[in-house]
Amino acid sequence: MIPTEAYLILSLALFTIGVVGVLTRRNVIIVLMSIELILNAVNINLVAFSRHFGSVDGQVFAIFIITDAAAEAAIGLGIILAFFRNRETVLADEMDMLKW
Amino acid sequence: MILNQILFYFFALLAIGSAILMVTRRNIVHSAVFLISTLLATAGIFLQLQAEFLFVVQIILYVGGIMVLFVFVIMLVNLDVALRQIQFNRQKYVAAVLAVVLTAQVFFALWVVRGDPNLTKSADKMPVRNTEAIGDAIFQHYMLPFEIASVLLLVAMIGAVVMAKRRV
Amino acid sequence: MGHLIPSSIAPYVLPVVYAVVIVAVLPLLAGYIVLLERKVMADMQARLGPMRVGPHGLLQPIADAVKLLLKEDIIPANADKLMFWMAPLVSVTMALLAYAALPIGPAFQIADLNVGLLFILGISSLGIYGIVLGGWASNSHYSLLGALRSAAQLVSYETAAGLGLVSALLLAGSLSMKEIVQAQYDQGTWFIFSVPVGFFIYMVGSIAETNRAPFDLPEAESELVAGYMTEYSGFRWSLYFLAEYANMIIVAGIATTLFLGGWLRPFARWHDHFPGTSLEFFDVIPSLVFLAAAAYCFYLAPKQPVQIQKIVMAAFGAACLLLAGAMAAALFASPAVMAGIHGAFWFMAKVVAYLYGFLWFRFTFPRYRFDQLMRLGWRFLIPLALVNVIDVGIAIILRQELGWSPFWAMLLMTLVTLGVAMWLASEGAKPATTLQPADTEI
Repeated sequence: MIPTEAYLILSLALFTIGVVGVLTRRNVIIVLMSIELILNAVNINLVAFSRHFGSVDGQVFAIFIITDAAAEAAIGLGIILAFFRNRETVLADEMDMLKW
Repeated sequence: MILNQILFYFFALLAIGSAILMVTRRNIVHSAVFLISTLLATAGIFLQLQAEFLFVVQIILYVGGIMVLFVFVIMLVNLDVALRQIQFNRQKYVAAVLAVVLTAQVFFALWVVRGDPNLTKSADKMPVRNTEAIGDAIFQHYMLPFEIASVLLLVAMIGAVVMAKRRV
Repeated sequence: MGHLIPSSIAPYVLPVVYAVVIVAVLPLLAGYIVLLERKVMADMQARLGPMRVGPHGLLQPIADAVKLLLKEDIIPANADKLMFWMAPLVSVTMALLAYAALPIGPAFQIADLNVGLLFILGISSLGIYGIVLGGWASNSHYSLLGALRSAAQLVSYETAAGLGLVSALLLAGSLSMKEIVQAQYDQGTWFIFSVPVGFFIYMVGSIAETNRAPFDLPEAESELVAGYMTEYSGFRWSLYFLAEYANMIIVAGIATTLFLGGWLRPFARWHDHFPGTSLEFFDVIPSLVFLAAAAYCFYLAPKQPVQIQKIVMAAFGAACLLLAGAMAAALFASPAVMAGIHGAFWFMAKVVAYLYGFLWFRFTFPRYRFDQLMRLGWRFLIPLALVNVIDVGIAIILRQELGWSPFWAMLLMTLVTLGVAMWLASEGAKPATTLQPADTEI
């Protein structure tokens, strides 16, 4: 049986990689994908603890997080599409004017 | 037992390796493919934790729905010039510091509880019929979050349609 | 034999054997379904189809396979080599992986997952990546457009097909494929008779899922050349082709398991309804079918023009005789063995019947235009599927809480659903009242 700590360390690794991705990439789509990675790391954490305590509450919460991630990805990508149509760029550094 | 460990290390290494490749690729489509591979490895981890319903939900929703959306949008905004631009901004050092801080936090938490049997004893006993147990939990205890999640999805649907609609 | 295998790997031996059998047999089966399609197409068009290679064209798939293997491998210039190589692999892998949870008989299933049905649905939805990545990697406008259209179509009809399955799941009570067939045995009817609207929705959804006519706009020859498959040739194209036909067999397998009773013989519980009588003569039908096939082969054998074709036809006849003998011998074996072998026969017979329906629709209906296709999926099938799920739920409550008989409850709710379907269809037939400039860019 794999100890719960192993899953926590895996979740930490994915979370850290996601945070580094959000902070260092210029391309907004990759930032969104790194956010999805962070949410997945949290899911692994929740399901590991669900097994730790022997109840399904962690898995139910993980299902809600997946639902939330779907909603957020849809709206985020809609915003990116709308922005791309107007400014022809998807780089976060170039999205710097509040009004033109 | 040994198969359990082999599977865990296989999926864990696949997840971490794909994640690292995802945040470092220049080509966005390659990044998307590596994220798909990370999500599939995560689904494998769920299956290994005896969460079979979450395993199929992850595959159907995340990999089969959300990532298809990502791939569509990537193909619609794909710029050839993007391959020759600078990929990383100038926050590398802040990110490194933050990564070290997060890692230190978790390792500290694990070190503090390492001797306490009350906190580290794992039940390792899940309800046998996983889907039925999740169904019971959602529709009895967590009914309100379920309804709120459905309203959230409705809002997201309307928002996405309005945002992506072409104004003629 | 049990003590020759160490107990640590004993649970894995039989599933691995089944997996090897499926991966080995499936390309051959897909090839013969292509031959069946060409013969059926020819029959519906009043001609004969392939007749030259082998007697009556029976060795045509082997000739096609050899040709595809020996063709030159062309990669377009500036194509993304990694994706170009990987896309057909993804399609084929996902198509073959779905067979892990499909029960071809009570004893022939690689893994009886508790969530088997959702697993197959999820893996089928992963096949979209093979299409999208293949279209993008070809570095060609036609391919990308065809791939995006095809992916949009697949995603739209996946929802409708899944909701059609849910209406049968409400009656079955479990996601495990074995338990679904068991529920049909326990309730005494196949679910197609309980929820015919659900079957119709799933059938239309599955035709669109596998890119078959009348929904084959993304890959029809007169449209975008061949859509996402345009730049693929030789063995890579045959991988896509194998994936498409393997997908067809999978959706036929799901429809058979959920709606057509899986491996159950027709009238499996006749003796419960009419005690004293029995329809055991139905058990002889497998052997009779193969005996008839063998007799036809031997009848045709002397009439072939070429000596080698006579021999091949006689060989086919002998193979059919062997199968007839196997079916008959199974009657005298233990009930488990008989259930296994006859179950596999009935399952494959129903799958072939469902696929014959696919072939029939291909050569009967004209193709849908892409916007008509999307409108049908989103504005007719999905509302109908949702209403169907609600109605099946009401029927179950009428049956369990109010004590109505199952027949009248299901009949009433089916009529309600059909009424809603007719209203939706009349809504769709009205022309759009406002002039809408096309605001879809795909």
